[in-house]
Amino acid sequence: MNIKQDYFYTKEHEWANLNGNIARVGITDYAQHKLGDITYVELPAIGKKVKQGEVLNGVESVKAASDVYSPLSGEVVKVNTALENDPGLINRSPYEDGWIAEIKISDENEIKNLMTANDYMKFLGE
Amino acid sequence: MEIKKTPLYDYHIKLNAVMVEFAGFFMPVHYGSILEETKHTRQKISIFDIFHMGEFYIKENPEKSSLDYAITVPVVKMKNGKCKYGFLLNENGTIIDDLIVYRISDDEWMIVVNASNEKIDEETLKKRLSNSAYFENRSNKIMKIDVQGPLSREIIKKIAGEKINNLKYYTFDKFDFMGGRYIISRTGYTGELGYEIYIDAEKSEELWKKLLSFNDVKPAGLGARDILRLEMGYPLYGDELTCETTPLDAGFQKFLDFEKDFAGKKALLNHKQKYLLCGFIVNGRKTIRHNGKVFINEKEIGYVTSGVFSPHLNCAIGMAYVLKEFALENTEIFLGKEKPEISGKIIKPPFLKNTSLKS
Repeated sequence: MNIKQDYFYTKEHEWANLNGNIARVGITDYAQHKLGDITYVELPAIGKKVKQGEVLNGVESVKAASDVYSPLSGEVVKVNTALENDPGLINRSPYEDGWIAEIKISDENEIKNLMTANDYMKFLGE
Repeated sequence: MEIKKTPLYDYHIKLNAVMVEFAGFFMPVHYGSILEETKHTRQKISIFDIFHMGEFYIKENPEKSSLDYAITVPVVKMKNGKCKYGFLLNENGTIIDDLIVYRISDDEWMIVVNASNEKIDEETLKKRLSNSAYFENRSNKIMKIDVQGPLSREIIKKIAGEKINNLKYYTFDKFDFMGGRYIISRTGYTGELGYEIYIDAEKSEELWKKLLSFNDVKPAGLGARDILRLEMGYPLYGDELTCETTPLDAGFQKFLDFEKDFAGKKALLNHKQKYLLCGFIVNGRKTIRHNGKVFINEKEIGYVTSGVFSPHLNCAIGMAYVLKEFALENTEIFLGKEKPEISGKIIKPPFLKNTSLKS
């Protein structure tokens, strides 16, 4: 499984990539692999306020519908509209082109609740 | 109960298949990508391990046929070498199983049934068949491999010979290959040109390997099979067909022969139909699955039996039982898990026209 070194991870297999107070978020390679071909991404509304661990949005694969949980609290400021017509971007490029949303985070301290790449690798190994 | 393995189990594992339990068997759901396997089947050739389905052999004097009453298929009237789709019904007209009958000779038939219903099918048939009829369940001895796709004829020809050119849609013959004489029918569950091969279980791996050695042939799993059948509007027992629905509710009058007598006929003649099975197409990609609801405005008018994302139509599609008075083509509907969420319209399947099915 592919894991990005500088990203932070949740136990539900989301990732967050921080740039100042903006976190770009998505689902991990492990998650996209488990879900199978993604056929639909329900993007969150811009301006939506989420808390860490709350449902950010929904994704559907050929097999099932699943929720994506927000790795951090904050406000959705940008969404990846390319996913509307090509949700398979998540399968092909889960950490880059398949990002889901950008969140303006409200509490930096929450980062300590997330796993580092090494922690996540260990978590997957268990 | 122990979950059974098909003769190709180890082979699927080697091919990195994701396995699921289905009807008491470990079955491959996909070998990497359900959507890729779906598309490949409509472009080239896919092969499917369908060992789990049941095969019954019945021998009896056609002049005193008890099988003719036991199922809806006119087994005495149909010609040798023909396949016919039909039903095993309860006396009240509801569906125990859907099946395909092969007339092998004047006094011999093969019936192919769903894995999940094999036991009850066998019990029901044994009860209905006369003492002079011979019944054998050969499901464990027969491997069924489906070879489906627009290029499938060329591959089958290489295995079974030129005679395959004579096989018309819904017919079968016996062919000499791999040291035996085996049934190949021109049937399938994908809507493409395709064949179903019935071979000794111990020859499964040899045939599977041989098929995979040809260019353009790839294995496909149950995931692709489900999308392919839904794109054609083919029903699946457990979803569209159940022991609470009749063939009339499913809109399958054309598969019933009311000129002969059969178990369930009387009930069907008196059946007050409430629902009709319809296809629906969604405006967008969001899938509404089994047990979703159908609405017109806020009024609930039906329930979803199956739903998938169709990679060929690039939107979600499905089947639903809709109150008969609303079951009209192009009717605008809403769908949702609990309340109206997304819009769509009623469509008469098949969703895909102009496939290679009859080429």
